[in-house]
Amino acid sequence: MSSGQPLPSLPILDQEPTGRRGFLKACGATLGLAAWATALKPLTEWAQDVSVEEFLQKHYRELKPDEKQAVFRRLEADCKQDHGVDVTISDPQAIPGVQFAYALNLSICIGCRKCAEACHIENNHDRATNNSYIRVFEMVMGGIDFEKGDATYDHPVPQPGKFYMPVQCQQCENPPCVTACPIEATWQEKDGIVVVDYNWCIGCRYCEAACPYHARRFNWEAPQIPAEEINPDQGYLSNRIRPQGVMEKCTFCLHRTREGKMPACLEACPTGARVFGNILDPHSEIRWVVENKRTFVLKEELGTKPRFYYFFDE
Amino acid sequence: MSVSPHITSPYGAHRTVGAVESYPRFLWRSLGVATDGNWLFYGWMTLLTAIALVGANAWAVQVRDGMIVTNMSDHVSWGLYIANFTFGVGLAAGGVMMVIPAYLYDDEEMHELVIIGEAVAVAAILMSTLSVVVDLGRPDRFWHLIPGIGKFNWPMSMLTWDILVLNGYLAINLHIVGYLLYMRYLGRKPNPRWYVPFVFLSIIWAISIHTVTAFLYCGLGGRPFWNTALLAPRFLASAFVSGPAFILLVLRALRSTTNWEWSPRPAQTLIQIIRVAMAANLLMLFSELFTLFYTGSGHAAAARYLFFGSHGATGLVPWIWTAVTLNLVGTALFCMPHALERGSVRIAACIMCIIGIWIEKGMGLVVPGFIPSTLHEIVEYSPSPTEWKVTAGIWAFSMLVLTVLIKLIAAVHSRRLHSTAPHLP
Ligand code: SF4
Ligand code: SF4
Repeated sequence: MSSGQPLPSLPILDQEPTGRRGFLKACGATLGLAAWATALKPLTEWAQDVSVEEFLQKHYRELKPDEKQAVFRRLEADCKQDHGVDVTISDPQAIPGVQFAYALNLSICIGCRKCAEACHIENNHDRATNNSYIRVFEMVMGGIDFEKGDATYDHPVPQPGKFYMPVQCQQCENPPCVTACPIEATWQEKDGIVVVDYNWCIGCRYCEAACPYHARRFNWEAPQIPAEEINPDQGYLSNRIRPQGVMEKCTFCLHRTREGKMPACLEACPTGARVFGNILDPHSEIRWVVENKRTFVLKEELGTKPRFYYFFDE
Repeated sequence: MSVSPHITSPYGAHRTVGAVESYPRFLWRSLGVATDGNWLFYGWMTLLTAIALVGANAWAVQVRDGMIVTNMSDHVSWGLYIANFTFGVGLAAGGVMMVIPAYLYDDEEMHELVIIGEAVAVAAILMSTLSVVVDLGRPDRFWHLIPGIGKFNWPMSMLTWDILVLNGYLAINLHIVGYLLYMRYLGRKPNPRWYVPFVFLSIIWAISIHTVTAFLYCGLGGRPFWNTALLAPRFLASAFVSGPAFILLVLRALRSTTNWEWSPRPAQTLIQIIRVAMAANLLMLFSELFTLFYTGSGHAAAARYLFFGSHGATGLVPWIWTAVTLNLVGTALFCMPHALERGSVRIAACIMCIIGIWIEKGMGLVVPGFIPSTLHEIVEYSPSPTEWKVTAGIWAFSMLVLTVLIKLIAAVHSRRLHSTAPHLP
């Protein structure tokens, strides 16, 4: 400490290096390293679940056909190992000349939440949180004011003076969520469906902040589903069981709709309020609705151009 | 400071002469100096390390068990981490506030202290980066963000811009700090060609990091609370407060722990900056609130929740009024030159402004963007113990780095750490 300086006030920061403390320092460094290793130990427990192949997996759109197959088989094997269930992971592609759109008749929706329930089961959602891509709002007649809406109602429906408004991903033609993502983990497919590569997403949740329709869901923990309830028909980009820490969203059930079936929510609706189909097909029902009903979209002023239309009967 | 390359320093005499003087050797010796000190120094470093360890452990558990251990939800999907990130970017931008008077107005005395501002900037960028890393659900996939190997959605995603400008800023500041220190260590006068252009770059860059960070928020049309053109200017104004206030504290600490003496002028300049910037910040805040509340549009819902609560939910009300009070009292103190003469008052004023802005730019800005949600649901948020631990750990770790940097700067300044090789002309 004796540096011969005048005014040795309290020399803590500009102390003379002594060199005598080498041994003590080495001890300190060893102890420090050991402490860091202990503090970070949970990381090693977690790392056992992430295989090298999973870690190195490329972006979905850069996988060659044989690499894709290898990924799907690996995911199937993982599912067998983790849940003891045989599943098939398919990867139906967008059909040329098809643009999907959805319409919902608010005059006949009764708010029974059957659609939300069907989504929950079809898409292998976490059971404990009762997650679903659809939120049904109970709205007050006289306007479309979400501020007066309530998505957590728990009483028999329909109630007098109320109408019901299910909201899910609007599959925007101009999706702010896709623009936001820093790593292209989410994108719009040729048929208009916005998808997420669950094996590429880093879980930053910027897309969730960007979506104006509260359509995105994050896997705050690994989803838990009893083995017998797992839907084994899974799409890579849609309803396969999601890993922990990634984003997910409604995919218009692309593993069904690209195979010519209807979305699970539509099939579950007891009143027939939902209309789904190819908007490019001039003879489709959805086209008829959009051309003949006074439809509207949510938050039109934002310029997101939803493919999800609402309408009332005259 | 010596100009002739042959004479190092009066304190150089009692050091043995080393053979090879290279940058690696400089770094190695720096390590020695940085880890040497008395028991108070060791106590401080041990305390910071202990807090950092608690944070690291909490984060490791969060990665293993999922972000369910935070209190964030699909409704409020960003919380304390991103709040701290936003503040850190402001602090980093504010770190170069010393640079502006030093170089634009050629304030000689400021030159001496510029390096401290740059060191604060380096530590603050570190803090911001760590705050984002702990917010990721899948930190193992971090490499997806690396341009070239991963998939970089540039120029579309504002987040990629932010990553670029923050890393660029870090590189610039590391270069300036490293170069200036090394030159002093060698006992040479720094060659302006090697750092002045970078200093100017860092000034422009400081503005860009905070502007781009503001664009992260105000570019989201679906979040009316953030979707305002005033956001970027407000960010800058508050950065001009928190940065200089923080540097004033560092200078204070330096003063009481080293023999470093300097005139009161640099501190006066910083106080001037704080006064003007705080006034601008409060003015813009007021004008924003007026627009929101007077027109009473639906856009005011989040501001109403923030300041007064809504539908019985009042989670952020204590936060924001604490911030408003601290900012007002802090500003008032800064406007009282006589009171400020007292060290304790000055410290209190700095701390008040720093905490006030930490809340205003963090919890008071990030969280109300999500409440009410885009579909007008009100789900509240307050940070979980895990989030507090991780955030404290990040602060401690950044302060650790800052302490080491400042210690090196002080050691080089007082010529305790210096080259011992004779220089060739
Ligand atoms: S509704 Fe939301 S998630 Fe769906 S495409 Fe639009 S922005 Fe993206
Ligand atoms: S959470 Fe995933 S999909 Fe969303 S922006 Fe981040 S990386 Fe992209």
